[in-house]
Amino acid sequence: MGQNTRYDAVIIGGGHNGLITAAYLARAGKRAVVLERRHLVGGSAVTEEIFPGFKFSALSYVVSLLRPDVIRDLQLARHGLELLPLESTITPLPNGDYLMRGADHDETRRELYRHSPKDAEAYDDFGKLMYHLAFAMKHILDVVPPNPTSMRPRDLMGLLRFGRHFLDLPPEQFYALCKLMTMSAADFLDEWFETEPLKATMSASGIIGTFLGVRSPGTAYVLLHHYMGEIDGVFRAWGFAKGGTGAVSEAIASAARELGAEIRTEASVEQVIVKNGKAVGVALESGEEIHGRVVVTGVDPKLTFLKLVEPQHLPSDFLDAIRRFKIRGSSGKVNLALGELPNLTCLPGKGPHLRGAISISPSLDYMERAYDDAKYGNFSRHPYMDIIIPSMIDPGMAPPGKHVMSIFCQWAPFELNGGWNDEQREAFGDAVVNTISEFAPNLKNAIIHRHVVTPWDMQETYGLTQGNIFHGELSLHQLFFMRPTHPWANYRTPLKNLYQCGSGTHPGGGITGASGRLAALEILKDW
Amino acid sequence: MNDKYDAIVIGAGHNGLVTATYLAKAGLKVLVLERREMVGGAAVTEDVFPGFKFDTGAHCINRLHPTVISDLQLAKHGLELLPLDPAVFSPGLDADHLLLWRTPEVTVDSIGQLSEKDAKRWNGFAALVAKATGLLESIYSTPPDVLSKKKKDVWELLKMAGRLRRLGKQDMTEVLRVLPMTAVELLDEWFENDLLKGTLGAVGITGIHQGPMSAGTAFLFLHHQVGAKQGVLRAPLRARGGLGGLSRALESAARSAGVEIRTNAWVERIIAEAGATSGVALVDGEEIAGRRVISNADPSRTFCGLLDPFNLDPDFVRRVRNIKFKGVVARVNLALGELPNFSCLPGDGPHLRGLISISPSLKYLERAFDDAKYGELSREPYLEAVIPSSTDPSLAPDGKHVMSILVQYAPYNLRDGEWDDAKREDLGDRVVTTLAAYAPNIESAILHRQVLTPLDIEAVFGLTEGNIYHGEMTLDQLFFMRPVPGWARYRSPVEGLYLCGAGTHPGGGVTGTPGYNAAREILKDSK
Amino acid sequence: MLRGTPFHERTAPLCEGQNWRRWAGYLSASSYELVNDREYFAIRGASALIDVSPLYKYLIRGTDAERFLNRVLTRDVAKCDVHQVMYGPWCDETGKVIDDGTLQRLGEDSFRLTAAEPNLRWLADNAGGLRVTIEDDTDSTAALALQGPTSREILKSLSDADLDNLKYFRLAFARIRDIPVTITRTGYTGDLGYEIWVEARQAVPLWDALIDGGEPYGITPAGILALDMARVEAGLILIGVDYVPANRALIESRKSSPFELGLGWTVKLEKDHFVGRQALLDEWRGGPTWGFKGLEIDWNSLQKVYSEFGLPPELPQMTWRTSVPVYSGGKQVGYATSGCWSPTLKKYIALAHLQSNSAERGTRVEMEVTVEHQRKKAAARVVELPFFDPERKRS
Repeated sequence: MGQNTRYDAVIIGGGHNGLITAAYLARAGKRAVVLERRHLVGGSAVTEEIFPGFKFSALSYVVSLLRPDVIRDLQLARHGLELLPLESTITPLPNGDYLMRGADHDETRRELYRHSPKDAEAYDDFGKLMYHLAFAMKHILDVVPPNPTSMRPRDLMGLLRFGRHFLDLPPEQFYALCKLMTMSAADFLDEWFETEPLKATMSASGIIGTFLGVRSPGTAYVLLHHYMGEIDGVFRAWGFAKGGTGAVSEAIASAARELGAEIRTEASVEQVIVKNGKAVGVALESGEEIHGRVVVTGVDPKLTFLKLVEPQHLPSDFLDAIRRFKIRGSSGKVNLALGELPNLTCLPGKGPHLRGAISISPSLDYMERAYDDAKYGNFSRHPYMDIIIPSMIDPGMAPPGKHVMSIFCQWAPFELNGGWNDEQREAFGDAVVNTISEFAPNLKNAIIHRHVVTPWDMQETYGLTQGNIFHGELSLHQLFFMRPTHPWANYRTPLKNLYQCGSGTHPGGGITGASGRLAALEILKDW
Repeated sequence: MNDKYDAIVIGAGHNGLVTATYLAKAGLKVLVLERREMVGGAAVTEDVFPGFKFDTGAHCINRLHPTVISDLQLAKHGLELLPLDPAVFSPGLDADHLLLWRTPEVTVDSIGQLSEKDAKRWNGFAALVAKATGLLESIYSTPPDVLSKKKKDVWELLKMAGRLRRLGKQDMTEVLRVLPMTAVELLDEWFENDLLKGTLGAVGITGIHQGPMSAGTAFLFLHHQVGAKQGVLRAPLRARGGLGGLSRALESAARSAGVEIRTNAWVERIIAEAGATSGVALVDGEEIAGRRVISNADPSRTFCGLLDPFNLDPDFVRRVRNIKFKGVVARVNLALGELPNFSCLPGDGPHLRGLISISPSLKYLERAFDDAKYGELSREPYLEAVIPSSTDPSLAPDGKHVMSILVQYAPYNLRDGEWDDAKREDLGDRVVTTLAAYAPNIESAILHRQVLTPLDIEAVFGLTEGNIYHGEMTLDQLFFMRPVPGWARYRSPVEGLYLCGAGTHPGGGVTGTPGYNAAREILKDSK
Repeated sequence: MLRGTPFHERTAPLCEGQNWRRWAGYLSASSYELVNDREYFAIRGASALIDVSPLYKYLIRGTDAERFLNRVLTRDVAKCDVHQVMYGPWCDETGKVIDDGTLQRLGEDSFRLTAAEPNLRWLADNAGGLRVTIEDDTDSTAALALQGPTSREILKSLSDADLDNLKYFRLAFARIRDIPVTITRTGYTGDLGYEIWVEARQAVPLWDALIDGGEPYGITPAGILALDMARVEAGLILIGVDYVPANRALIESRKSSPFELGLGWTVKLEKDHFVGRQALLDEWRGGPTWGFKGLEIDWNSLQKVYSEFGLPPELPQMTWRTSVPVYSGGKQVGYATSGCWSPTLKKYIALAHLQSNSAERGTRVEMEVTVEHQRKKAAARVVELPFFDPERKRS
């Protein structure tokens, strides 16, 4: 591509949101190019053959809430997206027992009943309430946040509609929603349940990607996400993509290409070029300049506004706000190549439970102690872990008879006492393996290869500032019209013609594609 | 009974007395029933040891509603408020110390000794706090009925939204951003000095089962600054003669307005039938008829203790049972032969006139919380002490002193067993040891020691789980969610039964605001 | 894996077609034989033995037990004598039915409540502040329904209970061949019949005793399909089919009050308090908007509809449990929720929710029938429930 190339839109970062924005823009007839620093697209949603024959969803490992609009609009099924069920969660306990929740209602109820008859019932009541709330909240995922301080009719109307939407809920649901927004996951669950492993496992969703413990207010609302899939009319909104999460990115990339977008890998953007107060293109590390009518950034707000754009082009209060934006990485990932399956002491053998998630979250105290380590700058000696064995669901991920295990762990603070180095990385890997071995003693001997990803690695390899998997913590004051900062939550930026489409914008987090889609729709409005 | 009362107030706490007085002034025949032999509730001064008078409950006033002071002519009834100046003395473990004064310029100088940078930022921070507290104050009247479709209620809600918007774009978003934050996040954005941050952050955790790294603590910090002069943070008042002096003034105002007050009158139950109350029954069997019953007791005690559950729907009872109390405060009262001598600021100086805050850093506070999280007393607790005799010699024999210490965290629910004498003494020892690290002479200065565990506080003051606020002051239990969602307007599902205590909006502290708001709502219903 | 009931050891070999269904997490035989006719006729002509162990069972004890139950149930529990059984629903605060079941008064302060769905949490929520304990007895107590005209003779031959004096909706503690049981004169068939409550570990011997002693009287193990036909004839509602429990309904319109389920007779508004009373009082004053009635489908009309296609009327082989629209004057006025061909009455009958103005006895309505993939309407007549009410049920 020559120096003079001029595109309609230049998209920085080939993560799933960047690809989606490109696809939507291309669909609207715009000439879009996606520039990806690495040799493959996907950003944090990549499948990599880290060890020969063993394929890993290196970072992001489950598909959650991928917006049905995106699936339909981009015809992702036709482009190869296949979601496989990930339906059960087993929480092994130190006393040799376990708690298992599966797809069958009766079975789950009986299992819960075994731990607490009341909880077995509360679980259904809870599910019903969550269903309603998820139904109410789903709306939020698919709208551009209204600006509460704006007097523009459009914003005012948005705000009013928004307010009405919630005030029209039945009181029970409205108040539950208020509680969800303000309570800690642990306190909220305490109102419903008494079974420790149930509360601990459910509460985990509230702290993923935050630097908060399960007892910190503001962690409850993410509980809703687990119920949102159900109502989207998409079977198995939570699932494992066949071929790993990279397959999701590949499907989107394929759709984008078909629609006419161009995707360039190994094209590392060094700077956003600004002329006359407008973004006009980007300069690559190679020196090449690529011009476009608009520039869209799919990377996180700190990287975008503090590194890629020269500070003189942005107002200082905006820069202050971006500097204050909390993006502390708190999680790590360990990928294991296994010669044999882990054998859980609590439920030995190769059973269906190995086709689901294994959650190391035996009690709320366990979760809190894991967090305590991180508060003071250490990785958790006994971390919370969400484990899946993708090769059990999709045998193509590992050589026959062998397996891959994906372990998401929290907490591993980016700002580690003494800093991350090879030694610390391995020590962290050891903590993870040792902890799991307490529940599956054969694990150590089963390991053929081990790949540990610390928050530091996430920053260095995947370009996630401070290793934050969500491009910014999902805490209350960084959501909705405050994501990444007010009043720039509508995908625009103070720099004209520069837009944002990454997870650092509303609604953020996970492989939802919502940010990418909404950004594209906003860009097209301005066209 | 011929002389049926228009209103019976259960509990002569300061809010109860405020409500009673307003009702009597409006011409109602009012009776106040107090279980103890003295009025005041948790605002009392008691001769604990001969010659030594202690404020056994609250030991300072953050803010008394100015309208209440003037309406009830409390000055005329003998109330003399003594502003503490310096407001806070916070010793560090090394030679450092911090003094916050009632004159911002002097405070800035004091901070300057610790950090030039922080001194420079003080005024900016004070301005933010002033804006936020201004907003809070404006919503501290009766919460609107958010779900009502009645014109009047919708209008109230809109007015409130209007007040928020009047703050101006920048400020409004800043305030909205700050409210759900953690105290650590808020203070880290502004300051670098640990002692300063610890001293400010302590306000955000007082009385709640949360550490400064929990969301919502920024709010509580702000709540306690409502009504403060800009730049004068954490500036409490005392009353001459102790807090009992305030209660005596309130009692006098009440009596002169025609309120009848009976002490040693222990209410056993609220008489209710067919969804309406008709009076109360005392422990000794006496029944007193009244058109309205107003409970100054906390919501749990009122609805689950005093009222037959048959009068309430299970859903409402569930909400009440879900109110978090989780008392964490203990009290240690010391009779001293001499003043404590602080290593960092030796001798008898003005610093001993203020609140003495043992809060060397936010981390210190968080570690204190860590212990409580697992059901243990903090190894190194946060302490807030006052030596009232330093400004009010009448409280102790000549040359001697009284020192009251609020201790946190002492969890009501201990992991290993209940509070007993051994644990009580251990608590006392731990407090003295902690204090001795800063003022080594304290141990030898002690003549007498009284220790009140949360269990004692519950027993003495009738506070459920020893919670000093009648229910935790966390985001999910505030405003229209206080005491329970849907019933924030001082009324209850039982006709004629009202609440007027700190369990209602805007919550705890010696403010008189709940009592004032409740009286207004009751009078509205009487028209 | 679904689990078997305490009788599974015996019922499993009998279930010829492996025709099982789920009932509250248990395996429950739909029918034992390949054709369920004989099982149905055992209910009406001899005695059917039906495993009803999956019912939820709660033991409620304590000095406040009566007070507590009076708070939860719409019936007046104070009027329930010791050894009496009462049937009734319980409601949420808005007067919508959560569940229905029977209440056995085992002693002055001791009750057993049966429920179709788990209700422990709701019961516990209502028990706050009361001296009452609630124990979930579901797994440890097994239950059999012995229903049919010969059931009394069977029990008389096997037990020491004074069955001639055991009146309708009364209970007796007894022994069946030395196995201690509670016998209640209740059932879900509208026929003479009993339900027998036994400790789970004694379940198999009890089964054996009944089968053995009942043989001369034609005792026949029967599955849910047969029971389902009998209960429609008896006009008895089924949770999840004829109504949605209020605590599971996703939208308001799916909930029903007792009045709307034909259970107005169970609502004792004169009690000073029970959950939902105010709402029910308001509804009663205004008159309920829905009624729950029987429909008798007009044979001639049905014949006519089918004859258009050159077919004779095709009758349901078993009870259907779907929502079928009911019309009057071209407008939908309700929906039927269960229906079957009654072999005893020789009528096609259905249970239906009808708007009040179409719920009067004798009202002519039309029910949708699907014939050869086309929606047709057959004439039907509104009748009072039950359809079938033999003298022997109470005598």
